[in-house]
Amino acid sequence: MYGKGLRALSISTVAVMAIALSLVFFYAPLDAEQGFLQKIFYVHVPLAIVALCGFVAGAIMAIAHLRTRDPRWDMRSYVAIHMSLIFGVGTLITGSIWAKGSWGHWWVWSEPTLVSFLIVFLLYATYQPLRFAIEDPERQARYASVFAITAGAFVPMNFIAVRLSTAYLHPRVLGSTSNLPGPMALTFAVSLLGIALLYTTLCRYELTAKHTRAQLRDLRRRLSGETVDTQTRRPRSAAPTLHPTATHPTAMHPTATMTARAVGRPGA
Amino acid sequence: MSTPTESPHSAAPADAQAPPRGEPVSGRADAVAGKPPGMAATVAALLRKELLVEPRTLESVPGMSLFALTTFVVFHFALNRNSVDGDLAAGILWVTLLFAAILGVNRLFVADADQGGFDGFLLAPVDRGAMLVAKALALLAYLVVLELVAVPAFALLLLGPSLPNALPSLFGVLALGDVGVAAIGTLVAALAVRTRARDLLGPLLALPLLVPIVIGGARATSPLFATHATAPAARWLLTLGLYDLVFGLIAYALFDFLLED
Repeated sequence: MYGKGLRALSISTVAVMAIALSLVFFYAPLDAEQGFLQKIFYVHVPLAIVALCGFVAGAIMAIAHLRTRDPRWDMRSYVAIHMSLIFGVGTLITGSIWAKGSWGHWWVWSEPTLVSFLIVFLLYATYQPLRFAIEDPERQARYASVFAITAGAFVPMNFIAVRLSTAYLHPRVLGSTSNLPGPMALTFAVSLLGIALLYTTLCRYELTAKHTRAQLRDLRRRLSGETVDTQTRRPRSAAPTLHPTATHPTAMHPTATMTARAVGRPGA
Repeated sequence: MSTPTESPHSAAPADAQAPPRGEPVSGRADAVAGKPPGMAATVAALLRKELLVEPRTLESVPGMSLFALTTFVVFHFALNRNSVDGDLAAGILWVTLLFAAILGVNRLFVADADQGGFDGFLLAPVDRGAMLVAKALALLAYLVVLELVAVPAFALLLLGPSLPNALPSLFGVLALGDVGVAAIGTLVAALAVRTRARDLLGPLLALPLLVPIVIGGARATSPLFATHATAPAARWLLTLGLYDLVFGLIAYALFDFLLED
């Protein structure tokens, strides 16, 4: 179910990324002021946009999780935020390189977008420690969703506040896409599409891997004739674990814990 | 203070549930009649419990105030300055208040989590949002007391320009900031309190969420502390108010999900 269409998605991602890179290096004109350095714009800004959209998407999936209590939504929310964090690291590194190249400093406090992004990133960096510090999987999922929604709402609020605090201090250079000439705008649009596809593909791969691992574990358990539910022996982890039985969230909990107890008692 | 005795806490929930004769908690009569108490009555009862427990245990407010005073002394030596004004003064005041507030946030739900307060509350047929409102109001009260100590101390120890002229505007800015800190602090405290690393997670979660309040608060305060004081710009007050509103609503909408087991 998770693996369906993954090959087509991967191929189209590679194709669009290849087109985007060739457009960046062979089609888009050199920037009048910044020259070759400006090319990093086609990687940095799409990374930032996709990461932020991923954070907000994680919040929307967390809302779906709290409404339906379906663990699969928690898994999707986790994967979206996890991948956005990785893209966020990429954004901060490319942004830093660009700042060093154009202004001579690795970090520029007067650039509100970069500063807001750092604050958002620092907040989301606590997502995994928060999950890791809660052992009960159901509560871990619930608390993580509450966090994801709060942080998702924080993203736009924080950008407004930081933008206000630095307005009129510094001319806007980074991230202003409104007055791009045609070829640059086209290249930017294709790059954005490529990075968005990359994000989607990586998320799908992670979901598929987690789902397959759960299926494999279930099969192995059945093969060895064990009846102990894997949930009781779950290693401590920040990542949610899907169980094949979890596709019927209402049916799983009581029976699973009962068998676990019934089996666990005589041994102890 | 750091080693509280068992008795004040264990007395506290009982105090809220079964008040001494002669001063019944409002709403109790309704409950006896079979009707669950309303939101206002529940909030009043919970807030009364908080405000009774704090003077008896002295767990948060004295620590927060003392921390603020010590931090001013630390700033004096760290900056090697006898007096500060403008941006620097606003920054020192807000950072100090923020860190002192975090101390209170960290302790806000500890007694409820460790000594069964949550269980007792969940057994009662009342709106769970009431606990958020009551805890946020309690935290707001702690912050006001903290500022009643810390702001005069700041004026005495570090502030260059005189305080009385700035006081009415400063009061407004601090009030707006406090509401936001109370709303976010309560949500974060509830989120962190039943995790294994709560002392660590509380500040880690709270600080980024409070950055916009520091921005708004410090920018609004710095003209008040300038040598020629001017009024704070309206847009900072607006930012603070908007932020308070949005996160107040978010905290209220999400708090229920933190109290399910």
